[in-house]
Amino acid sequence: MTFLSTQALTRSFGGIHAVAGIDLDLRQGEIRAIIGPNGAGKTTFVSMISGRVDPSSGAILFEGEDITALRPWDRVLRGIVYTFQITSVFRNLSCFDNVALSVQRSLSKGRAIWYRPDPEAVRAAVDDALQRVGLLTRSAELAGELSYGHQRLLEVAMGLALQPKLLILDEPTQGLSEQEIADFCRLVKEIAASATILLIEHNMDVVMELAHRITVMNNGTLLAEGSPDEIMANLDVQRAYLGT
Amino acid sequence: MTFADKRMRVLALHAGLVLVLFALQFLLPDYDHTNFTSIMVLATYAMGYNILVGYTGLLSLGHAMFFAAGLYGAGMGVYYFALHPVLAFVIGSAAGLILAALIGLIALRTTGVAFMIVTMMFAQAAFLVTLYFNDVTHGDEGLTLTQAARGFELLGWHIDLTNPTLRYNLALSLFTGALVLCLALVRSPIGRVLVAIRENEERTRMLGYDARHYKLLALSLSGLLSGAAGAAYVLFFGYVGSSFAAIQYSIYPLLWVLLGGVGTVVGPVIGTLLMFYLIEISRDHTSSYMIVVGVMLVLLVLWFPKGIAGTVRARWWGWIP
Repeated sequence: MTFLSTQALTRSFGGIHAVAGIDLDLRQGEIRAIIGPNGAGKTTFVSMISGRVDPSSGAILFEGEDITALRPWDRVLRGIVYTFQITSVFRNLSCFDNVALSVQRSLSKGRAIWYRPDPEAVRAAVDDALQRVGLLTRSAELAGELSYGHQRLLEVAMGLALQPKLLILDEPTQGLSEQEIADFCRLVKEIAASATILLIEHNMDVVMELAHRITVMNNGTLLAEGSPDEIMANLDVQRAYLGT
Repeated sequence: MTFADKRMRVLALHAGLVLVLFALQFLLPDYDHTNFTSIMVLATYAMGYNILVGYTGLLSLGHAMFFAAGLYGAGMGVYYFALHPVLAFVIGSAAGLILAALIGLIALRTTGVAFMIVTMMFAQAAFLVTLYFNDVTHGDEGLTLTQAARGFELLGWHIDLTNPTLRYNLALSLFTGALVLCLALVRSPIGRVLVAIRENEERTRMLGYDARHYKLLALSLSGLLSGAAGAAYVLFFGYVGSSFAAIQYSIYPLLWVLLGGVGTVVGPVIGTLLMFYLIEISRDHTSSYMIVVGVMLVLLVLWFPKGIAGTVRARWWGWIP
């Protein structure tokens, strides 16, 4: 059984095929990078997997079940978690509350709306997620007052606290400093021990360091797929994307 | 500040508020005594409104229909069917709740300006209904409940809702109940999700929450408190007329909440108190007192959007819920 597979997944906006019939198979536990020039349809593609965007046609299978018609919040409960390309933490809430939203959701799976998870368990899980991204000392600070790099980490903590099976990271290192990127790569490797990761990334150093396999998209289609070495050696990819 | 510290402060502030209101009944002159009874009932209405606008970020311009549902639900029950006042109160509150849930199923398909318009249209329709069925509601002239109809026996005591002292303390009980409900709500996991929806609905959905359920719950609770306030109002003051269903009763709670502090638990009562007296005073000087309401609304939106409690929270007491 494939962990995640998309079958001829397509999304059109008017006459433009943002994503045109992509077949992709993901193995459990891998780190898969999706690369491609701006406008290649990467974000639209992963948005269909997370449920933010409805496909025009095609199907998505997750753990053997067709989830194409499932609403985004139900996909989250199944373990598909998306972290936003543009940081979208809750700026007026504390870091604690930001992560607590994820924690209380994962602790109340399948319960009624008024179910109240044990506050101590919530606090412990929030602290754990903040600890993993290194923000524990900033728990009480407002998310909007954090530096950009820290907001990105908070975003990841929110994703982690949902206990994802598949974590989709949409350009996570954009706008981070060298040091922050190095820390981030360490974090992703750690997360990969418990989750499959789908990573959209422009920074080729990050891709080469993290990805087990790479999928290259161009003009809404799948241009190539393979190990990092194969992709580096692929002439089509070099022409379309790497520019050499 | 630790969690325990914060909890103590929150408790002290709100319990203190209730104690002050309790003590005031021994100090206030008769006229203000009655005013404060009204203010506590209307503040309950404002708190109900605030659950929706302040904590969930949905601005309704039609809450008069839920307030009026409580007024008419309880008022007509007593007037036509001689219902026990306690039962009438329950029916009025339930009317607010049920109407809000039904309206929510339709209106919550919209957001932002469209939501304001849809709620306003429904409220105008409700207002026109109270005029159209003039035979039953007596329109603007309204229904007056007799003193006898507003009394009942309880455990051998005669409860007379026209008695000012009793009325004051019942209004205080209603207000306290609403305050406790709001505090419990905003400090609960549900409250955290409501605030998240206010801040960024799409992000909330992507954290696994079906926002529609939470918004419907917020609107229903909001309708329940509005209906309870309406029911109490008619039982305490013995009158219900169409004017309570008119647009100004949708605007008032907005004004009270804005002035007191949108998205704070204590804000609505502060705003209701100040605005009530501002209108009383301006009424002494001019018959066009609604202009004061309009000017206040413009001033608040432009220069004081956080309101009193919201400003206090932003500047000094960050722990106010």
